Amino acid sequence: MTAPLVVFFVLAALAVIGAVSLILQRHPIHSALSLIVVMVALAGLYLLMGAEFVAAVQIIVYGGAIMVLFVFVIMLLNAGVEERTSLSKMAGAPGLLLVVALAGFVAATIAKSGASVQAATQTGALSSTKGISEMVFKDFVYPFELTSFLILVAILGATVLAQREKS
Amino acid sequence: VRSLLAANVELVITIVKIALLLFIVLTVNAYLTWFERKVVAHIQSRWGPYRVGPHGLLQPLADGMKFLFKEDPTPAGVDKLVYYLAPLLALTLALTSIAIIPFGPDPIHLFRRDIYLGIAPPNLNTGILALFAITALGVYGVALAGWSSNSKYPLLGGLRSSAQMVSYELALTMSVVGVLLIAGSFNLRDIINAQARHPERGIFGWNVWPQILGFFCFFVAAIAETNRAPFDLPEAEQELVAGFNTEYASFKFAMFFIAEYTSMITVSCLCTIMFFGGWLSPFPASWTLTHYLPSVILIPFGLWVIMDGVRYETIFGRLVLPAVGAVIAALGLAFVVFPPVNEFIQGPFWMLSKILLFLFIYVWVRGTLPRFRYDQLMAFGWKLLLPVSIVNVILTSFVILMRGAK
Repeated sequence: MTAPLVVFFVLAALAVIGAVSLILQRHPIHSALSLIVVMVALAGLYLLMGAEFVAAVQIIVYGGAIMVLFVFVIMLLNAGVEERTSLSKMAGAPGLLLVVALAGFVAATIAKSGASVQAATQTGALSSTKGISEMVFKDFVYPFELTSFLILVAILGATVLAQREKS
Repeated sequence: VRSLLAANVELVITIVKIALLLFIVLTVNAYLTWFERKVVAHIQSRWGPYRVGPHGLLQPLADGMKFLFKEDPTPAGVDKLVYYLAPLLALTLALTSIAIIPFGPDPIHLFRRDIYLGIAPPNLNTGILALFAITALGVYGVALAGWSSNSKYPLLGGLRSSAQMVSYELALTMSVVGVLLIAGSFNLRDIINAQARHPERGIFGWNVWPQILGFFCFFVAAIAETNRAPFDLPEAEQELVAGFNTEYASFKFAMFFIAEYTSMITVSCLCTIMFFGGWLSPFPASWTLTHYLPSVILIPFGLWVIMDGVRYETIFGRLVLPAVGAVIAALGLAFVVFPPVNEFIQGPFWMLSKILLFLFIYVWVRGTLPRFRYDQLMAFGWKLLLPVSIVNVILTSFVILMRGAK
């Protein structure tokens, strides 16, 4: 095995273990920490694909800003350990079926189009900061600005809703 | 073994570099505590550490021993995993961030290879972004320490710190955008080289002049980001005992301590690189006589240490201080005698001098300014620093547009 392949498997394992642990942990903080592990492992995978910029942004935005907010809120609410309810059989059986179906679907897709997956992971434009900025600010500038506007509206809405009513 | 070494030269060189940098950073850390105590003491008309070793120079060693041998109790009811993880996380991230800093322009030719000063490869094109990525994770060390300690003061300290770091990170990131626009690159080496576009201007070519607003925002936000006075509310002792690290003792406390001082060094490096020309000399490139400045500083300083050491009160001091002074003076003399060495150390010399200056300012600020109140802190970050840094971005891009794209 080549060195990049070893690194890939380590990072992939970290991501999968983190994701599973996210669901299985009983304390919200532990779940949040698992999610951080997933985010950082994904950033490592992006780095492995040569997408330095995306990797750095992944850690700054998801690993840093968003997850800090999660942790902050959990700390602020002082959320305790979750209580487990016994799984209802009604939910269990269809759930298992769905999982199998989803896994089969993903596997079938990969098996059918191995070549196109390969092509998709060959990041051309996405690998360089210049390529990304040209895409975002030239080719897709209107959708991009529209999205920013939408987010701004959402922020304003949240601020208005969260404000205490003036007495 | 030899063939294995030959096959992995890059790896071996990197590991040696890491070990060397780790050693240097930890030593500098230790003496930074000594430096801080001395400077703050003199600001307050005291002597500072004086008993352990001549001029208290062995104080860091004594402190280190104390950290290692103290009892290390784990408080009841802590979340074990997170409680142990937090200091580890804080220290690891702080030490990792320094790996990205380049310390000198020229490589050393060794083993038929160019070995650059600094661990990251010179063509690391996401330099500053990678640094921000690591700093962005740094908040977890403090927040998780506060949460896992199962105690109210650490929890409050941790909450304050996460709120503070999230707030000031925005201003910190926005304030460097102007520099990035001027340099047109995230690469730290490119940012420094962009400040040398006009070698005849010397100090007036540095980013601090066109980016004075950005520098102000960056430095203030950076002090807040490292939780130092006057922004050290997470550990305000009158209100919170010691804040997030109240329940930590012995080496786990030392890890937080080292992490804090290491991030001070990183921030000083960043200030130097982004705004003060990194390893560039403040003099115009044609003033070649200034290349003797390291010797002109080191030799008299070494002689002064010898003079002072001969008259020192204790016998130990009378033996050690002249020896140290002789080493310093000999170093200065060596730079004069070997011109290639002198040329090579120009970059690192200016870089380190500027870093030292910023570390001094850090300590000076701590010794001078009173702590902010919490609401003042938040208002300052959101209502002053962030708008000013955004205005700086707009102004800078406007000027660059007016002058025409490069």
